[in-house]
Amino acid sequence: MADLFRLVDEGHVVICCGSGGVGKTTSAAVLALEGARRGRNAVVVTIDPAKRLANALGLEALSNTAHEIEPERWDPDGISPGGRLSALMLDTKSTFDGLVRRYAADGDQAGGILENRFYRNISSALGGTQEYMAMEKLHELHEEGGYDLIVVDTPPTRHALDFLDAPKRITSLLDNRIFRMLMTPTKAGMRVAGVALQTFLRTIGRVVGTAVIDDVVAFFRAFEGMEDGFRVRAATVLALLADPGTRFVLVTAPQRDAVEEAVFFADQIADHGLTVDALIVNRVHPQFGDEHAAGLRARAEHLVGESRDGEAKAAAVRLATQYENLADFQEISIRERVHLDAVRSRIGTAAVATVPFLAHDVHDFTALAEIGEQLFAESG
Amino acid sequence: MELEQFCSTSRVLIVAGKGGVGKTTVTASLAVAAARAGLSVLIVEVEGKSGLSAAFGMPDLGYEEIDLAPGVRARTLTPDHALVDYLDTHGMRRISKRLASTGTLDVVATAVPGMKDILVLGKVKSLERDRAADLILVDAPAAGHAISFLLSPRGLLDAVSVGPIRKQATDVIELLSDPTRCQVLLVTIPEETPVNELVDTAFTLEDRVGVALGPIVVNGCYPELDLRTDPAAIARDAEAASVFLSAREADDLARAAAFRVERQALQRVQVDRLAQHLPLPQIRLPFLFSDDVGPAEIGVLAEALRSGIETLDG
Repeated sequence: MADLFRLVDEGHVVICCGSGGVGKTTSAAVLALEGARRGRNAVVVTIDPAKRLANALGLEALSNTAHEIEPERWDPDGISPGGRLSALMLDTKSTFDGLVRRYAADGDQAGGILENRFYRNISSALGGTQEYMAMEKLHELHEEGGYDLIVVDTPPTRHALDFLDAPKRITSLLDNRIFRMLMTPTKAGMRVAGVALQTFLRTIGRVVGTAVIDDVVAFFRAFEGMEDGFRVRAATVLALLADPGTRFVLVTAPQRDAVEEAVFFADQIADHGLTVDALIVNRVHPQFGDEHAAGLRARAEHLVGESRDGEAKAAAVRLATQYENLADFQEISIRERVHLDAVRSRIGTAAVATVPFLAHDVHDFTALAEIGEQLFAESG
Repeated sequence: MELEQFCSTSRVLIVAGKGGVGKTTVTASLAVAAARAGLSVLIVEVEGKSGLSAAFGMPDLGYEEIDLAPGVRARTLTPDHALVDYLDTHGMRRISKRLASTGTLDVVATAVPGMKDILVLGKVKSLERDRAADLILVDAPAAGHAISFLLSPRGLLDAVSVGPIRKQATDVIELLSDPTRCQVLLVTIPEETPVNELVDTAFTLEDRVGVALGPIVVNGCYPELDLRTDPAAIARDAEAASVFLSAREADDLARAAAFRVERQALQRVQVDRLAQHLPLPQIRLPFLFSDDVGPAEIGVLAEALRSGIETLDG
């Protein structure tokens, strides 16, 4: 597929999104691999990959820095014109820690925040943090990594493009008005609000315990002065998403629910003023011949129904089973084609690539390369 | 085991599994199977839009219960709504609006990890206590999140030392660790990665949450057919049955058969591996070639679930 080639040849940042279970991580790895095979310095940022795929990419543990995969492993025949391939498995917590260190006035401020209990909860408890840190890591690789092609897998979200909204969510948490007011209780005009506020916080304290509120207050104190740095950074990260070198790849499967979600994702991407540059449809069943399922089933029924004796009957029954099986696959492939057409016309992206239902799971470079061949085969 | 007996083992059944394995379809089918056996069923959707109501040909669910099918009601249960409920019933209605409108809920929920989950589970617990239905099916978040969802009360006990939220967490732990009140039904498909993840999830849930696991539902199994993959053998059968078969057709039949035979073999390997790693009974549901999941398909799967349950030991 020519457009997909252009994507890995010319794209600088490629973001793979889609719902869970549709092969997003694998698709991201395949795109980075293809980029490297075509000579680019590529890195893939994965989020929670299946263990065996992670092992194939040399990702034994979460890491905050990308590590390069030896060319012998992904390019055994040495065909790549100088390409490089690296991988990284996102560590949300330490990425966030890095951000705190970067924007803290000094080591004391950073230390105070990093040790705060409320802060330590953020990366595990605040929805969207993983998405935001994926974008943060992406930005860091873009600024400092020297990579030509950065392919990012996104966390499986069920209904929203959290990574587009996450930076805003976190900065608004850090900007929380109520707690900001608490920081400046002596300002004129704040006293009245202050009383209501204290009552409000006391009520919350009654439900969750005052120690919790103390943690929060201590956090906001420690964080004082860093909000602007964070806000500017979040804006820069979002700006990178709108950069002309950034491409969005939507990964889906040919089923009604997956298609509905893909369309939903595409609409959200459009709402943010961005476009879907390619659509990858995984798990497409193969098609065998072009006969209609109904005709095949009628033939099967006929074979079983006709009166025959002995060996002729047994042979007819066996043949009927063969027809039933072919009919099963005709049915599903017609249904999948309907979904494919629907997703094509509803999302309206130029590049649509399909990957057949694979007989095996993907956990080595040979398998990734095979998918790459399928993905990039539909040249046109 | 009779379906009715199975569904009355515990009033709450939490259905969990990795994204894309058909967790919501299984929830819907089990609801229909139980309703057919005369039980009243309430499906609780905890992660927003899931396609559950679409499978029944109904509009999106809301916080108010609706009838999805005869004997099957459904509703959503979001943390925000659960919080308002909670504050209302604890005499703190006044602050609930302010919590939400000022974004303070986000701050508090971050300060108390798992608070949102505990609010949802607490509401499930009160539905159970009020006997809202004979069977309450919770369509849990996708696998990784299901673990943190169910671990939330324990995490909360560490973070909060006093107050009503702590009481809520204690009550939820009691519910989760009582197999006569609550069980988890894990769903997977017969493929390598989903099986691996299911095994991990099962051990984590047993060890860390202490929740009882029901049978494993293996969804999307190709019904096994005895097929020939050699076009010549297929042609010989056609000849023996005295029907005409073109070479091209014999080839199509053989290729389709080869694909299915390979998938069937892989599927058997994965199902066996699952049985080896997890000594839990399995219920297999057929892959549906004919159509996407709608009311008719849910009916078929409900029947398959019923017969699967009947083969389980009592």
